[in-house]
Amino acid sequence: MNRRNFVAAAAKTVAAAGMAALLAGTALAADTIKLGAVAPKTGPLAGGSTVTHWPSIQLWVKQTNDKGGLTLKDGQKKIELIEYDDKTDPGEHIKAVQRAITQDEVDFLIAPYGTGFNVAVAPIYAKYGYPQIAVTSISDLVGELTERYPGLFFTLGDTTSFVNGVKDILVKMRDEGTIGNKIAMVNVADAFGIELADVARPIFTEAGFDIVYDKSYPLGTPDLSPVVKGAKAANPDAFVAWSYPPDTFAITEQAAIEDLDVKAFYTAVATAFPAYGGKFGSKINGVLGAGGVNPDTPAIAEYRKAHKEITGQEADYWASANTYASMQILGQAIEAVGSTDREAVTQYLKENEFDTIMGPIVFDEQISNRFWTVGQWQDGVFRGVASSNIDGAVPVIAKPGWE
Amino acid sequence: MDIIISGLLLGGTYALMAMGLNLQYGVARIMNLANGEMLVLGALAAFTFYVSIQLSPLLTMFIVAPAAFLLNWLIYRFLLRPLVRRAKNQGQLEVDSILATFGMSFALVGIMVSIQGGYFTYSFLADPFSILGTTVALNRLIAFIMAVIIGLALYLWLHRSRPGMAVRAVAVSSDASKLVGINVVRVSALAFALGGAITAVGGTLISTFITLDASIGVIFTMKALIIVIMGGVGDIRGAIIAAAILGLVETAVASLIDPGLTLAAAYLIFLLVLLFRPQGLFGRRAT
Repeated sequence: MNRRNFVAAAAKTVAAAGMAALLAGTALAADTIKLGAVAPKTGPLAGGSTVTHWPSIQLWVKQTNDKGGLTLKDGQKKIELIEYDDKTDPGEHIKAVQRAITQDEVDFLIAPYGTGFNVAVAPIYAKYGYPQIAVTSISDLVGELTERYPGLFFTLGDTTSFVNGVKDILVKMRDEGTIGNKIAMVNVADAFGIELADVARPIFTEAGFDIVYDKSYPLGTPDLSPVVKGAKAANPDAFVAWSYPPDTFAITEQAAIEDLDVKAFYTAVATAFPAYGGKFGSKINGVLGAGGVNPDTPAIAEYRKAHKEITGQEADYWASANTYASMQILGQAIEAVGSTDREAVTQYLKENEFDTIMGPIVFDEQISNRFWTVGQWQDGVFRGVASSNIDGAVPVIAKPGWE
Repeated sequence: MDIIISGLLLGGTYALMAMGLNLQYGVARIMNLANGEMLVLGALAAFTFYVSIQLSPLLTMFIVAPAAFLLNWLIYRFLLRPLVRRAKNQGQLEVDSILATFGMSFALVGIMVSIQGGYFTYSFLADPFSILGTTVALNRLIAFIMAVIIGLALYLWLHRSRPGMAVRAVAVSSDASKLVGINVVRVSALAFALGGAITAVGGTLISTFITLDASIGVIFTMKALIIVIMGGVGDIRGAIIAAAILGLVETAVASLIDPGLTLAAAYLIFLLVLLFRPQGLFGRRAT
């Protein structure tokens, strides 16, 4: 057998095995609820989605299946999770969603990871009538989007309330005499950072702050020391970085090295990652960041413990819990409707209250107003210090220096 | 002063990214698009050893270098050698090797994701260090010193030893090298493997101050390509000087004008070099 024949034979065998698996899948389909999940496993957003997005989905599916599945009118049904890697590429993402809908014929889809992706796929979800409970998606367009897409729900807040959370904390620290008026602000030059900085500029100014340093840097900048040095030279009282995961780490490390001594130090996405605490240890005591959680409530404590046990990694201190809560919401809506009727489930989502690990969640015009905005590292735990409608925020402390 | 020191340190980082590719492309004629992935692989090793057994990346380096050398030698021997043999001319080999290594980069990303899907982040020597009144990070300084050592060693080896001379001869003309009795196949494999080892060691060092993840390799490939082409293909001095220029200019622009313009400045220099010296700073004009 020459090489070409061998390859052809091998291909046939694989194809046959694939067909067999496919047939087996079809036979099972009637007894399961198919959930499609499309999100990055590779590409620029993979580092974040493998911390925040995938583990919570897998945890919920495992826990639900362990207790027998979801109870529908015609009996209990287990969840069959179908995962696709979108390679952090919107084109790939849309292809995978279409494949999940038309070929795998999934009953429901889990909303993607990242603001851009959630906005990009909303038309497809709407076209096929799939509810979309977006989690990791923050934008000031939420009102407009929910009006346009009746099956689209938001759970993590909008840009303005996000920035207002930071402003409120800074105002509080100023009123307490911890910090003065001068803010140094930097942002990553991509959609997320630019939108936040644009919203923050007037909000900070209106609150009486003086923005003494205001610069952006390209995503993936290998050396952020000029940025941190520049901010330090402006002699600010507070430092705010609308940053993304790799630069959140880099800015913090540079700030410690340059000894950027501010009483309020804020970095955005990834500050809530356990890896952030793991990397910097006690140095980052008092660092403020996007997100937060109240780890002392029994539901959250239990969730974090299960997350660690089952997925082998720690949940982050922000959207991990929201992601899990979104799965609970979807599961409860399916059970309440008693079938996989997507239209009925969407309607149910709009009209009812859901019992989640983050407490009761209701959608007002498809938007949940229950989320954390600012957290702070305090003695090795990233605790919520500002929220929208969640109790349990702890008082903010002044950053004690980089030791 | 601040700018010169920070700029040189950044240049050292860039040199670590590009020296390996320079050898691979300049001598073995393989346009290795999986260069960045090899770098990230070195970083992954540093991260894994550091978090599991607290092994210092400076020691991991000595594991990474031979392992990467072997891996790259095998890659050349079994994946790329058939392409070299089949290629009728250099243009065809370049196209084939771009496609092959592009595919390889996906395979490497997949393997690394299955080992560690999140960020490779840890803290190693993230302490301030003062040179001439400028505060720099100790881990960056060490990476810079290592870049200088590797660059110097490579330069001396290439210019003062017999195997080094053979490597340079192949870089100039593989056909003529054959005529004078150089085993071109072996020298090419050696250059490719050595290049891979340098890149992987670079990754190990870079991981001490840049947070990487499994998919970030392509960014390093791009940067390395720019530096190699700017410096002149097949000349190690060119890569080092181009890396230093890029580091200095980016730091100067970020400090004096605006951090947002660093990328633009880097591409502007690249463009100028391409316009006025298309063969690169140290490159030979194509015959």
